[in-house]
Parts: sequence; C-alpha cells; structure tokens
Amino acid sequence: MSKIVLQTPISDADIESLSVGDIIYLDGHLVTARDDVHHRLLKQERALPVDLAGKAIFHAGPIMKKIQEKPGRYEVVSIGPTTSMRMEAYEKEFIRRTGLKLIVGKGGMGPQTTEGCRIYKAIHAVFPGGCAVLAATCVEDVESVEWLDLGMPEAMWILRVKEFGPLIVSIDTKGNNLFEKNRRAFEAQKDVVLEEICRHVDYFG
Amino acid sequence: MDRTQARNTFIDLIARFTDYSSKHLPDDVRTKLKELGDREDSQMAKIIYTAMFDDIKMADALNRPVCQDTGVIQYFVRVGTKFPLIDEIEDGLREAVKKATEIAPLRPNAVEVFDEKNTGNNVGTRIPWIDWEIMPNRDDVEIYCYMAGGGCSLPGTAKVLMPLEGYEGVVKFVFDQITSYGINACPPLLVGIGIAGSVEVAAKLSKKALLRPLGSHNSNPRGAELEARIEQGLNDLHIGPGGLSGRSSVMGVHIEQAARHPATIAVGLSTGCWAHRRALIRIDASMGYEVISHRGAKI
Ligand code: SF4
Repeated sequence: MSKIVLQTPISDADIESLSVGDIIYLDGHLVTARDDVHHRLLKQERALPVDLAGKAIFHAGPIMKKIQEKPGRYEVVSIGPTTSMRMEAYEKEFIRRTGLKLIVGKGGMGPQTTEGCRIYKAIHAVFPGGCAVLAATCVEDVESVEWLDLGMPEAMWILRVKEFGPLIVSIDTKGNNLFEKNRRAFEAQKDVVLEEICRHVDYFG
Repeated sequence: MDRTQARNTFIDLIARFTDYSSKHLPDDVRTKLKELGDREDSQMAKIIYTAMFDDIKMADALNRPVCQDTGVIQYFVRVGTKFPLIDEIEDGLREAVKKATEIAPLRPNAVEVFDEKNTGNNVGTRIPWIDWEIMPNRDDVEIYCYMAGGGCSLPGTAKVLMPLEGYEGVVKFVFDQITSYGINACPPLLVGIGIAGSVEVAAKLSKKALLRPLGSHNSNPRGAELEARIEQGLNDLHIGPGGLSGRSSVMGVHIEQAARHPATIAVGLSTGCWAHRRALIRIDASMGYEVISHRGAKI
C-alpha cells in the first residue's frame, strides 16, 4: 500500500476519497489553533491573523525555543496533539469561517464537528497522543508566530511540515466518526463487564 | 557543606531530576508498554505503539520532553524529621521548578486563577503543588515528581456515594468515567482509585495510587482482588492505544483506601496516561542521592 500524503493547499477532491481509519501524512502548512484561538475568532469576533483556507490546523500547545542566532525565530522542541473534544462546540463554525480542510488533534470529536466536516468538506485526524518529539521531527520550519500574547501553548504557530504523521482519519467527509463508533462498542461491552464485576463486590457483612 | 551551599546543591539536584523525569519514563512503565505493545495484533494498534516507542527513543536521543504537555508539576515529599535541609525544601522546590523550566525546557503551564495569566515559569500560587508526609526519626527525604498533564487530569473526578450504592457504585463510577473521558487521555492508562469517607480524601488517595509501582497490589486482599477485576474488565472493553481500539486498555489499576464514615462512601479517580512521568529520588543527609524509579539514571 502506498503512503497517502496530503499537500496543502488541500482540495475537496483530495479528501473526499478518504475514509475513517485511513492512515495519512501531511506536507505543507500546519497551524496550531486550540482553545483561545477558537475563542478569539468566535466569541470575541477578532479576525484571524492567518489565512487558513485549504490548510490544516493542529490542536496543540507546543514547547518552543528561541533560536539564539536568529532573533524572532523559533524551533520546535516538543509538539503533540491536545484533546480535540474541547473545541467541539466551536469547530463547525470555525471550519465554515476559515475554509480549513484538515483538523489534527487527539481523541474524537462530536456530532457538530462531524456535520461541519460533511457540509464544508473537511476531515479530522488524530496524531498519536503524547508522541511529541516524533511530531517535532516532522516540522521543517517554524515560519512565524501570531497572537503570542496568549502564551506559548495557545499562540498560533505557523509550521511547515514534511510527512507529518501517522495521522488516522477519525471523521471523514461522509459523516463517519471513528471514535463515536468505538465509543458505542465500548459502551455496549461495558454493561456486560460491569454485571460480571458487580456479582463479586458485595463486601457488606 | 555550609547551609547555602547545601541549599544550592538541593535546588540544582531537583531541577536536574525534574528535567530528567520529563524526558524519560520510569522503568516499570517502559516494561509494561513493551508488554502491552507486543500483545497487539491490529495494524492500527501496532502503528500507535510504534509511534510511542519511537517517541520514547527520540526523547532520549534528542534530550527533549517525551510529551509536550509537561503538566503542572507536583511533588510528593516524604521527609525525615531529621533531614538537615527540611526548612529549605519548599522554597527549594519552587526554585528548582523555575530552573527546570528553563533548562529542559518545560512548557509553562501555570495559569493564575482570576488573573488568567500564564506565569511563564511553572511557578504560581501553591504551584508546584507539594504534598507532605513525615517520616519520624529519619534523616533522608524521598521526593516523587509527577507531571500532571491537562489531558490525563481531565478524566479526574471524585464523588460521595450513598453507602447503599455500595462498591457496585464505585465500580460503575470508574467505568463511566473511563469510557467517556478516559478514551481521550492517551491510553493505555494507569487508573488510580481512592475510596474513603469524604471527597478530598478519596481524591488525594487516587493520586497517590498512581505513584505506586506497576505490578504492586492493594494491601487488603479484597482490595487487591478488586484491582484485578477492574483491570480485567477495562481491558475487556478493548479501548486500545490512543482509544483507537486494541487488545488492552490499561497499564494497571491501583486502589488506595482510608476508613470511611458509616453514612458515606466516597470515590476519587485519577488517571495517568501512557507517558506516565513519575520519578522518585531519595536524598540522604549529606546530599547523596539515588533515582529509585529509573535504575542507573545519571542526572
Ligand atoms: S494525556 Fe499524557 S501523553 Fe497525552 S497529551 Fe496529555 S500528558 Fe501527553
């Protein structure tokens, strides 16, 4: 099986053929955007300093280091995904307003994002959680940073990446949601397991 | 060594120890991950475990934090009443965190409540969090460093149940939380459970349960049996690495308890993620030390 590598700017056609469970990689621009960036755009109605159309965002708060010899420039020390679900209430509208095509994060997202991905043609994919040094080694350059006043984790870091991955597609453009499917399976199994354990835990005399 | 010298040595040592613990997982966790990874057979689960092992290797080779979320730093201190630097520990730990944040570097994660400003150096009101236990008639100190990440702290919760909900209530509480929030907390998880009479005791014990080495058991035979049952049950959910499904779900389940009130049964839950950054150092009266959690560690 050949490696699927998406390249920014990503077109609708690039992602419409992808399905949940597919493993992909990214070349091009990846911009970090987590809680505060969503809050600024959608709650405070402030214009984003970066055009995200056709690009990818990363739910991540990295550790960055200033490059001594190059004032104003940074390098990535460690950058892994943060819990995407925190952005659930905002993401559909965020996709609509920005025209972004790929959301990278950790864990699943909910029905609103799934709908947003279907209507506006975008996907959500997960990078293995916690694998932050691995991710950092896929970053070729930190091109710039915006909204640094939000602090290092919350700022928008504009990264150029090469074969960034593995990324597992968790929401596709067809309304499928991998984590939701898994969650239902875990829930169903939970009842069976609980019943068994609870037969053994009456410690009251 | 005079007092100032000893104090500086202590700060320097703890800074290096904290730095080290952000970049290296403890021996027991690495062994367990290997064991769980070997048992997986699906392509997806294998890919995730491979990513984790690559990450662990690169963190070591490049001298970088294993995970970017180096957490809010917590120290669990067991101090001998005769430890000569006992007066300096609290302030020394705060200074050490500032230093570690710079040298590692660690991500600044301390956000002052109400001011909503990140302090930039991981030190803030009551942070690093320090938990104290006294060891009578000893002149050494044992310090656990624990990095409590946002993602693995999210499933953390505690509740007081009615006694008639019984231990069934406790078990159900744990499973509900793990199948909702736990999935996103970077499984395989280490599950810490506290059972007590009130909420703050249960919560604190659940965190202390995470400090126990993997493979250790509850001191009460029933408690040990319940740990094993919950572990088996959670594994039977097949949550898998990263919540993407697989053969196992957890690295372990640890329960710690305190006697309860007849009218209450409180349960606390803390979760550790696969990047379980827990390190233990013992320092003696003359500032000699041993990193117990990481055999042969040079810090
Ligand atoms: S849950 Fe653990 S491994 Fe995952 S992002 Fe948080 S600290 Fe890192």
